[in-house]
Amino acid sequence: MSWKLFELLLQASLMTIFVSFISILAGLVIAIVLSAMRMSGNRWLYAGTGMFISFFRGVPLLVQLLLIFNLLPLIGITLPSLATAIIGLSLCTAAYQAENLRGGFEGVPIGLIESAEMAGFSRTQSFFWIRTPIALRMTFPALVNEAILILKASSLVSVVGLVELTKMAQNLSASTYQPLPIFASAGLIYLVINWGVAVVGRRVENALPGLPAK
Amino acid sequence: MSFDFAVILAKGPEILMGLGVTILIWIVGTFFAVILGFVVATARRFGGRLVDTLLTLPIEVLRGTPFLVQIFLLYFGGPYIGLRLDPITAGLLGLSVYGAAYYAEIFRAGYQSVPIGHVEAATCVGFSRGQTILFVLLPEMALLVMPPSLNMAVILLKETALLSLITVPEMTMTVSAIGSQQYAFVESLVVLAVVYWALVELANFLGRMTERKLSKLGTT
Repeated sequence: MSWKLFELLLQASLMTIFVSFISILAGLVIAIVLSAMRMSGNRWLYAGTGMFISFFRGVPLLVQLLLIFNLLPLIGITLPSLATAIIGLSLCTAAYQAENLRGGFEGVPIGLIESAEMAGFSRTQSFFWIRTPIALRMTFPALVNEAILILKASSLVSVVGLVELTKMAQNLSASTYQPLPIFASAGLIYLVINWGVAVVGRRVENALPGLPAK
Repeated sequence: MSFDFAVILAKGPEILMGLGVTILIWIVGTFFAVILGFVVATARRFGGRLVDTLLTLPIEVLRGTPFLVQIFLLYFGGPYIGLRLDPITAGLLGLSVYGAAYYAEIFRAGYQSVPIGHVEAATCVGFSRGQTILFVLLPEMALLVMPPSLNMAVILLKETALLSLITVPEMTMTVSAIGSQQYAFVESLVVLAVVYWALVELANFLGRMTERKLSKLGTT
């Protein structure tokens, strides 16, 4: 396998990183909104978010992506494959992140929430300024874990036509008949990216402020 | 936009066949993954430092790379080193080895959770290593490893959908093929999603029941 092929794989891995990064962030925002809806006290919002989380955690990502890819044009929305991939990945990771955040929100000391109330915070203010930052801090390791899962899961977005690392490896393997070195290299690149995310994640985790005492 | 589910549901028997293949591959694959994972974890626990280090690498590689890349490597790359497998065998092998890496980590955590004093006590009363594993370590870690094991089994169920990409005739492949034959892609995918959803929720429900039964045993 030539250096040129490896270079093409490296270029494609930038797309993998880009799509995963955007999806993780978008997923985090959606997950916070989902958590707010679930804890709003409204029965319908609670049931709705429950259904959303159960669906996106219960259906294989491959099927979700195919469904979004085929459903959107049918209801008159045509999006480039990059947007479709990001929508699919963020909805899926949002469901998992909301489930992770649940533990964090439950762990917020009740005293802090009461103090916020005493200080005149409204429920919404207390949610966004007190509970969310603490929940995020508590579940940070789970977020790093989820980032690694999404980096790996992004290998599936080739089914909506986006050329990222795995799709590039497939294309190159089909045109050069060298599947062994090409897929092995792709695997190696994923390994290095994930290793990097894990290392940076640990660094950030250590640099973050400590958790409030119970 | 009009949905016509009748054309999909008319293919019921074919869908059931695909569902059967999915469930079969899942059960068999998970079974081998658990066995292999347990063997690997046991080898790491009792095999000395060298074995432990040597086994760390494949586990980290399997856990750090996408399952899709692994099965592509196995199925498309395998023939170049004389490993010519039919799709189902490749899929089963891929799923078992991939799952084994995660189960090895689950069992490793399980082994670590048992106080060393219990193992030493077993040795003192004359238990062989096999007896210690069977009668002390396994029962003691059972409660701890059960939730992540069941969780992993559900993850493996969803991963079987990827095997459609190496032409294993499981449910995703069967139902998408019906969708393109009947020109009813979205309908077929909706059916597919609902069946997976039901299957995963059922598996989760059974898992919770098992956990509850087991934790009752643990507290008495």
